[in-house]
Amino acid sequence: MAHPAPSTFTGAADVIAVLVLLSEFAMLRAPLLRSQVRLYAFQSLVVTVLAIVVAATRHIDELYVLAAVSFVLKVVVVPRIVLRLLSRAEVSLAGSSAYGVATMTLIAIAVSIFGFFSIGALHLHSTALPSTALAISVAVVLVSFVLIILRSDVVSQAVGFFSLENGVSVASLVVASGLPLIVDVAFLFDLLVAVVVFGVLMRVHQGRTNTLSTDPLDQLKG
Amino acid sequence: MNAVLIAIVVVPIAVTILTWWTPLHLSRALTIASGIATFVLALTLVPAATSHGFLAAGPALRADALSIVFVVPTAFLYLTTAIFAAGYLHLPEGTAGRRYARRFYAGLNLFCWAMVVAPLVNGLALLWVAIEVTTVVSALLVAIDDTDGATEAAWKYVLIASLGLGIALLATIVMYYAGTKVFGSSYNLSYPALLAGAHRFPPDAVRLADILAVIGFGTKMGLVPVHTWLPDAHSEAPTPISALLSGALLATSFYAILRFFQVSMRALGPTFPRNVLLAFGLASLLLAALYLLSQRDLKRLLAYSSVEHMGILAIGMSFSAPLAIVGVLLHVIAHGAAKGTAFFGAGSVVRKFLTKDLLRIRGGIALLPWSGTMLVLAVLALSGMPPFGIFRSEFLIVSGGLSDPHDAVAAILVVLVTLAFFGLSWFTTETMVTPAPPRLVATLGRGETSWFIVVAMVLGLAGLVVLGVHVPGQLSVLLHHAATELEVTR
Repeated sequence: MAHPAPSTFTGAADVIAVLVLLSEFAMLRAPLLRSQVRLYAFQSLVVTVLAIVVAATRHIDELYVLAAVSFVLKVVVVPRIVLRLLSRAEVSLAGSSAYGVATMTLIAIAVSIFGFFSIGALHLHSTALPSTALAISVAVVLVSFVLIILRSDVVSQAVGFFSLENGVSVASLVVASGLPLIVDVAFLFDLLVAVVVFGVLMRVHQGRTNTLSTDPLDQLKG
Repeated sequence: MNAVLIAIVVVPIAVTILTWWTPLHLSRALTIASGIATFVLALTLVPAATSHGFLAAGPALRADALSIVFVVPTAFLYLTTAIFAAGYLHLPEGTAGRRYARRFYAGLNLFCWAMVVAPLVNGLALLWVAIEVTTVVSALLVAIDDTDGATEAAWKYVLIASLGLGIALLATIVMYYAGTKVFGSSYNLSYPALLAGAHRFPPDAVRLADILAVIGFGTKMGLVPVHTWLPDAHSEAPTPISALLSGALLATSFYAILRFFQVSMRALGPTFPRNVLLAFGLASLLLAALYLLSQRDLKRLLAYSSVEHMGILAIGMSFSAPLAIVGVLLHVIAHGAAKGTAFFGAGSVVRKFLTKDLLRIRGGIALLPWSGTMLVLAVLALSGMPPFGIFRSEFLIVSGGLSDPHDAVAAILVVLVTLAFFGLSWFTTETMVTPAPPRLVATLGRGETSWFIVVAMVLGLAGLVVLGVHVPGQLSVLLHHAATELEVTR
């Protein structure tokens, strides 16, 4: 059976999902925390573009508002906050991770393949919605887990969480753009609050321990 | 009837805003008043929900029997924690104390608001939003003491819980994807629509959503192996917050899992969703029982007891007998009351002895005749002793499980609960009933630190006795309604 050519929307969604995944990999191997944050800003920009594409092709005008809010928050405000935090820190190199860059990348490739094909194995075919982009966004989520687990500094872990949210955003934009706007705005608002909380706790951590590394956080066990 | 539903959503948030501005003694009184009001409103929802089936206010708020089952214990803990906090907080004079009190009371009220609202919203998407609000507020409350331990616990909590909720959001999206086959590409995830259409959802997508939801929300509920934030946060948070985390927050996350469970039951039939919960429940109960045997920190001990009870809830849901489901729902309420009371007692002990180390606490009952005694009673209640509510709920779960084809699970449940009983009650009882060394009596003195603490604990134990001796008729009807809602398969 011949597959029909993908629609413009599906193509665009897939390309953007791939870009998000690639920037996730770049974040994983970025040695400077600063560049990690900039990569996050780029990734958020790509997600914003996806929101505009969905708004234009599906004629959901509210999504333009969402795109604007998402641009302001995730491309401008959040990276600003984190970069300002970094400028106060002594060291802006990423905390030493347990593995080298090559190993981390290989692990990330393995988990993203797993994520991609496990969604594919579910046979979620749909004429209206791009399943490939959904599978890639699951891969993004898994790679962000690798980032959070293998990097041992609070900035990488926070940025890992923010980029996980980007991955879920891609999934929600391609699959659930029909959700009422109020819900989308609630999601974004929640993210903003979460970012503020992460920021507060990062600053508290830095204030108490004078470092961004998570190594001092090993007192509570058992 | 909509008025009550709106009032219960408005009161705590209004008090949150007020307490940001009012002085400490007024914040204290307002929070207690709000706790009383919320609890009374929750109780008036009980008969209304059983007689009408469900209540609604606008498109966003909807309460059926299952929702009310979770609102009642949260409101009860809101009330008792507000009273406890009035006695527990010892603030320094001046601006530092004022600032702490302002953050604490605004945070406490907002946290309780989010936990009351979560079961009342209509739909999986709004539910996720409400639960995320509980995370960010409670993470700040865990960090509020600004010690090394609190900072570490808060970081672990916010990171792990947020990742869990990221997975839960993915679960919500996959469920939405499943629904597009029936409802088209634009609909909202409201419960009546989901439940009505679930039998036509593609099963693979629902399976994925169910597992992701159990892992994601299970992270906040404290299911093993994604429970790792829980003991740290529970032990390092201020004790009123520990009580709310353990008694109400975990239950709220369980509620979210039950909503996915409900849809999965209709889409897939009973086997799959029950087995998922069984696996996580057994792991939680086993690990918690073993940790309880070796724990020497009073608040961590109670935290692992929460993991144990969440395991019991998950296992109970895997039994096919409706009796077990009624038991699970009763267990949610009874555990809230018991764990709240136990943490209040722990707070009293920590205030008195200035340590959480069970090896250094001696003569608890001698020095704290009221709260020490009630702590022992609360721990016995947590261990499933009559005449308290947990005895009844665990009895229902086990007897439901024994009528199940897989009755071996019920036997394992009993063995592990007994193991946990030893760990939990042995050390706490020992520290409480041993005579106090004269040196401690001389330095610390006899007597309660605050009568507010005693009142909060009396209320908690009274609730437990009511649940254990005779479940009020309306509540019993409510539990059966909710159990029936959960049991519908395709």
